[in-house]
Amino acid sequence: MRTLEQTTQEVLDLAVKHFQLPAGSLAPEDDFFKKLGIDSLQTLEMLSRLENYFGIELPDYEVQGVSDFKTLAERIQSRL
Amino acid sequence: MLDLSQYQSIGATLKDALDHFAGELCLFEADREREKERLTYREFKERALPVAKALQDAGFSAGDRASIIMTNQSKWLISAYAIFFAGGVLVPLDYKLTPDEHWQLLKHSSATVLITEYPIWRQLSVSVRRSAANVQTVLVTEAPPNSGLSSAQRWEEFRGAGEPAFVARTRRDTACIVYSSGTGGRPKGCMMTHENYLEQCVALTSIYPFWPGVRYLSILPTNHAIDFMVGFFGPFTCGAAVVHLRTLRPEYVREAFPKYKITYVSLVPLVLKNLQKGLQARFDALPTGKRRIFNTLVAINKAVTKNHARLGISRVLLKQVHEAFGGELRTIIVGGAFTEPQTLQFFYDLGIPVANGYGLTEAGTAITVNDLKPFRADTVGKPLPGMEVRILNPDGDGIGEVAIRGKTVMAGYLNDPELTAETIVDGWLMTGDLGKFDGHRHLQLSGRKKNMIVTEEGKNIYPEDIESVFEGLPVKEFCIFAANYIWPKQTMTGEELVLVIHLETGQPLSDDLRREINTRNQRLLNYKRIHGIVLLEEDFPRTASLKIRRNVLAEQLGKLDRSSAVLPL
Repeated sequence: MRTLEQTTQEVLDLAVKHFQLPAGSLAPEDDFFKKLGIDSLQTLEMLSRLENYFGIELPDYEVQGVSDFKTLAERIQSRL
Repeated sequence: MLDLSQYQSIGATLKDALDHFAGELCLFEADREREKERLTYREFKERALPVAKALQDAGFSAGDRASIIMTNQSKWLISAYAIFFAGGVLVPLDYKLTPDEHWQLLKHSSATVLITEYPIWRQLSVSVRRSAANVQTVLVTEAPPNSGLSSAQRWEEFRGAGEPAFVARTRRDTACIVYSSGTGGRPKGCMMTHENYLEQCVALTSIYPFWPGVRYLSILPTNHAIDFMVGFFGPFTCGAAVVHLRTLRPEYVREAFPKYKITYVSLVPLVLKNLQKGLQARFDALPTGKRRIFNTLVAINKAVTKNHARLGISRVLLKQVHEAFGGELRTIIVGGAFTEPQTLQFFYDLGIPVANGYGLTEAGTAITVNDLKPFRADTVGKPLPGMEVRILNPDGDGIGEVAIRGKTVMAGYLNDPELTAETIVDGWLMTGDLGKFDGHRHLQLSGRKKNMIVTEEGKNIYPEDIESVFEGLPVKEFCIFAANYIWPKQTMTGEELVLVIHLETGQPLSDDLRREINTRNQRLLNYKRIHGIVLLEEDFPRTASLKIRRNVLAEQLGKLDRSSAVLPL
């Protein structure tokens, strides 16, 4: 079973890869809308990637209002 | 289609529709790739009437208000019909609001019944604002077994035995209270009458008809005025089917078109642009030879559809594109916010007409719509039948405030006669939007007179509604504005909010203060956030009751140069 810290790090690593950013350029507290300059649909696309990776399903309502990687990782962790 | 002139209310119309089209398919519900529900009109009725009976058994009667806070799904429509059948007034709320905002609007609307989904109820039930509202009955859908529901009941078990009594309403009665904004203190609850919906339905279906066999893809939430009309009332009066998709994930939206052979879909500009992006990427990836052939076919399609859409020809010419959309798509309806002409033209060039229109909650669903005769990407179309549109005090270019009159205009704002009187003057609804008519009576919008923005997701954001997040900010005074309200701009895209601050004497705009502003800003949903700071070194003009005189302040700020006045966060 992953720890929350591990999940958070994997979320950050995947986001870095998905958006082709330099390694280590994202932090758990970062607001992904602001930091990545993405809109809500691009966020949903990122979520689909994360779901595939973690092998879970996150309903849209679960991520409603979530805008930072840390909270996103918590939501993922609760479904692992 | 039913003859709507014969009906007095939404409930009476739907009641007949369910019998008239009993054997037709009515609703599909899909969650990602899984189909969860498929109902005929007869089955829809069988699901709804026990809910109506249970509501009546619980004391719900004519004029009582019931709110629905749900994502778009079959139980939304079933519950709404049960409410109308029982003579109730529907209060559809946006599920994306916060729990506190929900309770605030539930209180304001005097709703006594709330119908919601389990994940939403989990948050609502622990909100401190809950006690302020007078909700007596809470129905929760899809609650897991053994889950604590506080004082709520399971929707699935809320069934009355026996036949409910249909409660008639008149055209003048309020059918829905729809909040166009106002979570920040002055809720704008638009009282929409049964007549508003009946007339709007007649006008819209005269241009974009439905019939049994038509399938409408519903991905906008049904509390949205567009989806309520074209994803519920409109198709039901014609025996068409509605396909609910419980996710906005682009990959599932794309899959739904061919899977369900979709005829119509309504989208907000953000989703439309996302579709455009996906298609463009696929076109760009074509090998050079195929790309050349494709471009030639697009050019031929453009030539043959110059004067009007010719779906049959377009579907043959650009077969693969149309097949990706299921091969039955007739029109994409886009609304809720301004759509860039390039995006509209992109789809039209592929032979997929986009019905671009203009509307606001206060006026029913739509005021103008593009009738595609011919297609115009640069306008929001012509006034719908029965809608009078005037340009007030036009300037030298013919641009002025858009005012409208017609049977689809709301009765007024709930509990706010003062605001109603300011908004509806001598029977004309003042939209606060600026525009002009061209020589072909097409309306062209060119900006706003009012202090608000509309996002690409179709969300109306009023600065007053988000100021509470910045309350207690350690500055002398502050205020939020739509940047284009201060510095008028002839555009309706890329709108932004700015925070205007008057610092205490000698107070610097320190890093700590910036951090505080950023922290508070992040508490807001992403589309509600401010994008810059404007510093003002003088007291804000105020009324005798110390309210900020926003128009005077905006005028003062307008003298500053925008590019240097707006500081990044």
